[in-house]
Amino acid sequence: MSNQFRTTNSSGLINKNKIINFSFNGESLQGYEGDTLASALIANGVHLVGRSFKYHRPRGFLGAGVEEPNAMVQLHEGNRSEPNIMATEVELVEGLVANSQNCWPSVKFDIGEINNLLNRFFPAGFYYKTFMWPKSFWYKIYEPVIRKAAGMGIAPLNPDPDRYEHNYEHCDVLVVGSGPSGLASALAAAKNGAKVILAEDKAHFGGSLLNDDVTIGNMSGREWASDVISQLKNLPNVIVKNRSQVFGYYDHNMTVMFERVSDHIENPNKYTPRQRLHYIRAGEVIVSTGSIERPISFGNNDRPGILLASAAREYMKIYETLVGKKPIIFTNNDTAYSTALEFLKNNITPIILDTRNGSDGELVKEVQNLGVDIKFNSGIANTKGHLKIKSATIGKLDKEKENFISYEEVDCDCICMSGGWTPTVHLSSQAGNKLKFKEEIDAYIPDQKRQKETAIGAANGSYTLDQSLAEGFQVGFELSNKFTSNNSKTDTPSSKEPSFESHERLWCMPLPEGKKPKRFIDFQNDVAVSDVELALREGFRSIEHVKRYTTLGMAGDQGKTSNLNGLQYVSKIEKKIVPEVGHTTFRPPYTPVTIGTIVGREVGNHYLPTRKSPVHHWHEENNAVFVAAGLWVRPRYYPRGSETMSDAVNREAANVRKNVGICDVTTLGKIDIKGPDAPEFLNRIYTNAWMKLPVGKARYGVMLREDGMVMDDGTTSRLSENHFHMTTTTAQAANVLSHLEYYLQVVWPELDVNVLSTTEQWAGIAVAGPKSRELLSKLFPSDDLSNEGLPFMGLIDTKLGNIPARIYRISFSGELAYEVNVESNYGLHLWKKIIEIGSDFGVQPYGTEALSTLRIEMGHVAGPELDGRTIPFDVGLNGMVSQKKDFIGKRSLSKDAFVAEDRQTIVGLVPVDKKSKIPEGSHIVENDKAPTPNPKLGHVSSSCWSVEYNNPFSIAIMKDGKKQIGKTLYAVSPVKDISIPVEVVSSHYVDPKGERVRS
Amino acid sequence: MLEIKCPYCGKRSQNEFSYGGDGNIKRPPLGEEINTKDWDDFVYFRDNPRGKHTELWHHASGCRQWFKASRDTATHEIFATCKMNEDFNV
Ligand SMILES: [Zn+2]
Repeated sequence: MSNQFRTTNSSGLINKNKIINFSFNGESLQGYEGDTLASALIANGVHLVGRSFKYHRPRGFLGAGVEEPNAMVQLHEGNRSEPNIMATEVELVEGLVANSQNCWPSVKFDIGEINNLLNRFFPAGFYYKTFMWPKSFWYKIYEPVIRKAAGMGIAPLNPDPDRYEHNYEHCDVLVVGSGPSGLASALAAAKNGAKVILAEDKAHFGGSLLNDDVTIGNMSGREWASDVISQLKNLPNVIVKNRSQVFGYYDHNMTVMFERVSDHIENPNKYTPRQRLHYIRAGEVIVSTGSIERPISFGNNDRPGILLASAAREYMKIYETLVGKKPIIFTNNDTAYSTALEFLKNNITPIILDTRNGSDGELVKEVQNLGVDIKFNSGIANTKGHLKIKSATIGKLDKEKENFISYEEVDCDCICMSGGWTPTVHLSSQAGNKLKFKEEIDAYIPDQKRQKETAIGAANGSYTLDQSLAEGFQVGFELSNKFTSNNSKTDTPSSKEPSFESHERLWCMPLPEGKKPKRFIDFQNDVAVSDVELALREGFRSIEHVKRYTTLGMAGDQGKTSNLNGLQYVSKIEKKIVPEVGHTTFRPPYTPVTIGTIVGREVGNHYLPTRKSPVHHWHEENNAVFVAAGLWVRPRYYPRGSETMSDAVNREAANVRKNVGICDVTTLGKIDIKGPDAPEFLNRIYTNAWMKLPVGKARYGVMLREDGMVMDDGTTSRLSENHFHMTTTTAQAANVLSHLEYYLQVVWPELDVNVLSTTEQWAGIAVAGPKSRELLSKLFPSDDLSNEGLPFMGLIDTKLGNIPARIYRISFSGELAYEVNVESNYGLHLWKKIIEIGSDFGVQPYGTEALSTLRIEMGHVAGPELDGRTIPFDVGLNGMVSQKKDFIGKRSLSKDAFVAEDRQTIVGLVPVDKKSKIPEGSHIVENDKAPTPNPKLGHVSSSCWSVEYNNPFSIAIMKDGKKQIGKTLYAVSPVKDISIPVEVVSSHYVDPKGERVRS
Repeated sequence: MLEIKCPYCGKRSQNEFSYGGDGNIKRPPLGEEINTKDWDDFVYFRDNPRGKHTELWHHASGCRQWFKASRDTATHEIFATCKMNEDFNV
């Protein structure tokens, strides 16, 4: 019984010798190689595919390609499962598993269909009106219920196992669509020597030539198409891509194309991507995207088995599949007659209803000559058949075509409708083209272009083959001439196709007498004629508002089949012509694109580059727990045995205070600054004075933005007269470099200074603690590291064996400390040497957590305090601000708010119970019981466990902070629902006089 | 994604560049008295023109040069780019 709906001819593009097994809703079915899921289902008599979005009405296929609004399925299983896939776009592959979606418990019996019976309660704007009040109901009742009932397929919860890739291409001419005009333009441009990319969404090239019986030169349309494709494939300057949809057109002729690389292959190679995203920057884009047939609105026009006449023809001609054996053809134009002829070739005589009074088109005559009776002045009023169309109420229309004057009930198993054609202008519109309305075809076509884009053929409203080919060859030649000097023109071949009479302006049938069946315009969004009427009755006038109120033309569908019918209906009711109604904006993507393709290879660790220090492997081998610091991966702490994080951090920090610790500080930003004006430049960048820094000395510096906020801090050393080495925080390294470049290149180009990042060139290791001098003296025996030989803020150039090394006496921990720099390649060697020699002194590595603990205890500010909202005064750096010279941001510091008496300042906090940890971000209030809004005095910026005093300690930035010292306040965190009494102390909790660093 | 012609490197994709704001802003000279309003105008206030706009771009993932671009803020058309010490040839 399988494949009982196949044609008798075998002129299609499927291979009946190769059977493909697949399953739909658990039922095993068979199709042929070359089938789509849609054609294989139809061949097996399956039309019921899913349920509609809002009313859960049974739905089948409307189209045969990207225009399909209904037949969306859930494809594959497990973590490959994929929702909302158009069955018309899925090529059949062995073992394919597909299921209906938006229905429960099954597509044949769907509980949600009650929405259809209650449809008078679900008018346009229903959600907006019904679920407004009370507000609390929204979260608890409305939203969960809507979520359960609405939506389409189900997204898988597990990671996508497939591989996706991105590709970047440039070409002179991109041709989108391989119908007659697209092929002609690609051939003309390619033969003229331009670099051409031809993109076709379908598996087969040729577009309408695959379906229409036409002649080009001495070949059939199909033969000509495959001849052109083989010519193009043999040219070195051409890329030809099938299964590739150009779905987005962005600025500066950037287009994005989605390629289905291996979806149609049963067992693809392991490293073959499933899909690929191509970014194509094209010199010129030729939009030859053709046109899409329009449906007609009539009573219950959405039943499974009612579809576009062009789709029915495509199923017969390409997939050798019959959409039915008792067809009705319902049209307002000539093109549907080619569908009638195709049925007749299969010995099936359709009932033909034509709204027009008659037609002298050649196809119409051909059908009449075969003895078929055509019912002119006729239409469909209503249909019957719950899960599949069974019969139709057809009728004669009155003279004005406003009412039916007689009715007749006829049996049928499919209805093939045609409301004429709509040019596919989506890409042109996305490119910013101002469309114009072309009255002869009652549709919009591209007009005033904003980018280098040219629509041709049916997409340009040129519906005859002669015109399409002429435009294609002409435009392909002209545009390619911009890029080549060959001036080689390809001749346009002659062509032959039947003559066509024009369509009738009628896209909506009157209602049957005494009944009000739904007449759908937008199938995907379940928008019927009555919804548009309601929107207009309620006062919506702008077509953009009507769109949003009714959801007409939205979402994945983007109005492919519904847009013009909606506009026509609005124009009819409003008694305006369509151009006055205007049109809505077309947005990318033209067709749905998988998230995997958009993401490409940028998943997991590949989401961003990872920066690792040269010591990274040692950290890994020594049990480091890592933390991300921007792109860098840094050791956070090194747990031993069963230590918890706080155990390890406290041990590491305490060891620095007691013995000596080493920390990998390679990640600090480093900038090499050279030139005769370097001291002057630093003097302008930093708030403190730099002109007199001696060679061989380092200095701490603070830089501001022009608005007076602290931008960054760090030490900068003078290596020679005109040569400085700047360090920045890890986080701000890139910003500081851009900042310096900006001032050198844009503001003060007269300064003779060069800056260069050397972050990656130097490995840096901090050696901190009272035993650091002893340790380093053993490592560098020939250097004098005494307090006189290398005083605080001094530096020396030396050697570690043969390796050049530089020792800075700087400290971030508040202890006696050094930072040793060597070339990156030697970083691991230096680290291992220090560990080896340091074992006598109890050396231990410490991570970023202990690093923070040590600096918080000392009241040293860092990122959490320098958050872009603090001026030097706020963070206790006012002493760094020179009163004698001007520098970036200085003028801002004298603004009223910045010199206010009660300006915020930095303080320390100790919990009164000496136990409770104060969460960072807590607010400081005077009275934690005060009613809201409770005035906030400040916030906690950094917290640690003080290893010096064995109790929690925090830094806070607080209004009039210095005056609060000694008071007891409250640190409250409404998020964590805690309130902690805290005593305000100085932020310099340990060694407030700074004696240790100078010891 | 825009295509921007770096005056040093040639045409590159926008994702290699960072935007640097209004190119007409002149920083007040160092060491000169300036009233609060003029200073605030320099620090905070920018015109938001529709149409032709001179602006700065930084070829951050390239040659790291700052340069000027004349761009239409509505259509994104870039009429010209030039080095900081040059004027547009348009
Ligand atoms: Zn550049």
